[in-house]
Amino acid sequence: MKLIRNILDKIKPQVQEGGKYHAFHALFDAAETFFFVPDVVTTKGSHIRDGVDMKRTMFTVVVALIPALLFGMWNVGQMHFRSMGVSVDILDAFWYGFLRVLPLILVTYGVGLGIEIAFAQSRGHEVNEGFFVSGMLIPLIVPVTTPLWILAIAVAFAVVFGKEVFGGTGMNIVNPALLTRAFLFFSYPAAMSGDKVWIAAKADAFSGATPLAELTAGHSAGLSPLDMIIGAYPGSVGETSVIAIAIGAFILLYTGVASWKIMTSFFVGGLAMALILNLFASSFPANSYLQLPAWEHLLIGGFAFGGVFMITDPVTASQTEIGKWIYGFLGGLLAIMVRVLNPAYPEGVMLAILFMNIFAPTIDYYVVEANIKKRLKRARVVFNSKNL
Amino acid sequence: MSQQIKIKRGYDIRLKGKAQEKVQKLSLNKYAVKPTDFHGIFPKLSVRVGDKVKRGAPIFFDKHHEHISIPSPISGTVTDVIRGAKRKMLEIRIEDDGADEFVDFGIENPENLGAEKVKSKLIESGLWSLIRQRPYTVIANPVDKPRDIFISGFDSAPLAANLDFVLEGKEESFQAGIMALSNLTEGKIYLGIGANTKSKVLLQTKGVERVQFDGPHPAGNVGIQIHHISPINKGELIWTVQAQDVVTIGNLFLKGQYDSDITIALVGSEIENPQYYQVKRGADIAGIVEGKTTPGHLRFISGNVLTGTKIEKNGYLSYYHNMITVIPEGDKYELFGWLIPSPKKLSFYRTAFSWLTPNKEYRLNTNLNGGERAFVMTGFLERVLPMDILPVYLLKAIMVDDIDQMEQLGIYEVDEEDIALCEYISISKINMQEILRNGLDMMRKEMS
Repeated sequence: MKLIRNILDKIKPQVQEGGKYHAFHALFDAAETFFFVPDVVTTKGSHIRDGVDMKRTMFTVVVALIPALLFGMWNVGQMHFRSMGVSVDILDAFWYGFLRVLPLILVTYGVGLGIEIAFAQSRGHEVNEGFFVSGMLIPLIVPVTTPLWILAIAVAFAVVFGKEVFGGTGMNIVNPALLTRAFLFFSYPAAMSGDKVWIAAKADAFSGATPLAELTAGHSAGLSPLDMIIGAYPGSVGETSVIAIAIGAFILLYTGVASWKIMTSFFVGGLAMALILNLFASSFPANSYLQLPAWEHLLIGGFAFGGVFMITDPVTASQTEIGKWIYGFLGGLLAIMVRVLNPAYPEGVMLAILFMNIFAPTIDYYVVEANIKKRLKRARVVFNSKNL
Repeated sequence: MSQQIKIKRGYDIRLKGKAQEKVQKLSLNKYAVKPTDFHGIFPKLSVRVGDKVKRGAPIFFDKHHEHISIPSPISGTVTDVIRGAKRKMLEIRIEDDGADEFVDFGIENPENLGAEKVKSKLIESGLWSLIRQRPYTVIANPVDKPRDIFISGFDSAPLAANLDFVLEGKEESFQAGIMALSNLTEGKIYLGIGANTKSKVLLQTKGVERVQFDGPHPAGNVGIQIHHISPINKGELIWTVQAQDVVTIGNLFLKGQYDSDITIALVGSEIENPQYYQVKRGADIAGIVEGKTTPGHLRFISGNVLTGTKIEKNGYLSYYHNMITVIPEGDKYELFGWLIPSPKKLSFYRTAFSWLTPNKEYRLNTNLNGGERAFVMTGFLERVLPMDILPVYLLKAIMVDDIDQMEQLGIYEVDEEDIALCEYISISKINMQEILRNGLDMMRKEMS
């Protein structure tokens, strides 16, 4: 402890105002506060403060993502070897996946944090921890074969135009991780869809289609519900295993970091839309997607991942308690609607959540307005009774 | 049977160092009156250094509101006038001369005395300053007609003085105070009482509408009680008086003099054997805490840890406060303090582990425990603010100076102390009390 402190204390005067390396102040500050909670004491207001800060809160989300990350790494290796017809043990599969996923993580963090630190420096802010989470989310929602240079461009776009132009974490309108995904999807569709992208170094003979692609094409998903829950099938790195995601969901809900209202209503919304679509299955036999049992919709594609980690982002979600119910419900509803009814997009979760991100302030506006009206009404009653 | 209101939302911060219920009377030498205790006034001295003052004689008055003057708590000599930046008046120090001369305001029975006589007596004695108004929490204006007067009969803040205990045996003065106040409003005098109170003073006083509150802090805040009994609407005025101050007002009528005695709690983890002391308002705290603190770098607070004023070790008790809290300063670096779960830290959140030990009392320090960030997490502040108010929207409206929106979102109903818990639990470490005070000041200026 002394050693790290001494090193930091030695550097500190040089990066402070007037120091030789003042341009690296934000970087130094980020490093210092990573190692140490600073010796800053309260000067105004409450003399004591809660023991939890933004770092710990964001760190909890990263911890919740670890099961999905570990499973994703194994699945990448497992799918690779399966496509080649080779059987390997768990560790070999994991190691292969680890080596394939690690560059995605490093590039995401490198580009994203670099931009965050530069903006913090120019604004004189401290570096916000928001990107610790975004940087972990992004590698989990892209195909493992995503070229690193494309990923770097997408991350840079999302961080600058999705977040920093609005003022950084806490001010952004849409979720930066999903914006990255959307940028990739629309700018580089060839690298983001089709049968070839989901499995690293796939053998040509092996079909690498995701269950959603199969369903969109009018086939069956080709998976039993148990397979869907375990998640050993092609897809974005972290989205496939319902079990791993459920562990993350448990951590987020138990610690209260994610809103249970949003999470619950998202799944209810999805289920409701899927049930409605099931009603039309007999009228449109050509669309076999309509026949998929409603609850299976919740298990495949990015629905579970989106419902647990994406739509619950507190900054871009509805901020009022009543708004959260509406926001989550509509998100789930739209996700399944886009997924089933729009043949151009095999998955609807990303678009649904991005749309709801933009819609959330409108929901909140009406909830806030209701609070205002209640107060106004009370004041009027008093005013009238006085003037009788 | 009084009305009962259950408060569900809120949070009790479990701190070490609660006062034992015994009182010791202290005779101190040094006192001070601090103009900074009175928000929004422009102090002008009534005395000069070297002047002899009697107990109850005015020390300073407000340039813009001549009804506001602050009396001397003792008979003695003015020794110093301490000024800060831009010659801002900070303290007027008075040393006790032991003569105990006092200004005689005359004994009067306050019952049905009439508003004008009660007002002029309170204004003459300077004790009008004990009556404050909502909105804005400033000293009331005697020409106003308040809708009601509210008194909170219990303090739910961390380590707060037990009002049952400090009011014991003061039935007569309290009753006289209530009778005096009842002349000032055509509305009611509401007395908020705690769920478990057995206090004769609180339960038997006549002329008040008792409402019982049960729940965690901030249930004892008068602002929360007003909100649940009958919220403040635009254009309405409420007056509030603290329970001990009712006794002081009562004594003015019973004895004809300013009885500046007050029972205070000396509390906090750094106090050995915390207990109550009987002192006078504005007492020098060095005389109170001397030899009773643990060694180390300490913070001395007049008031409680959420809303109190930081004072120096040789500072003075603030006018409206009935407690002194002493806690350790937190000016130390902590390696991976945000990451490693520490049994020493208390948190409202489950991302730390203090929820595993629900009955433990903590020795918390003044470290900010993190850096300031933008608002990120949602839905938590509401859990410690038992009001129909959207705190984040209100604070954001203040931050962008949106007067209309502030009014619409209910700024008249809240005071700094009501959102102090929000500030305490804020993950983004935002100084919310300061923001709200700015909003209230802005609003007050706009409305005047």
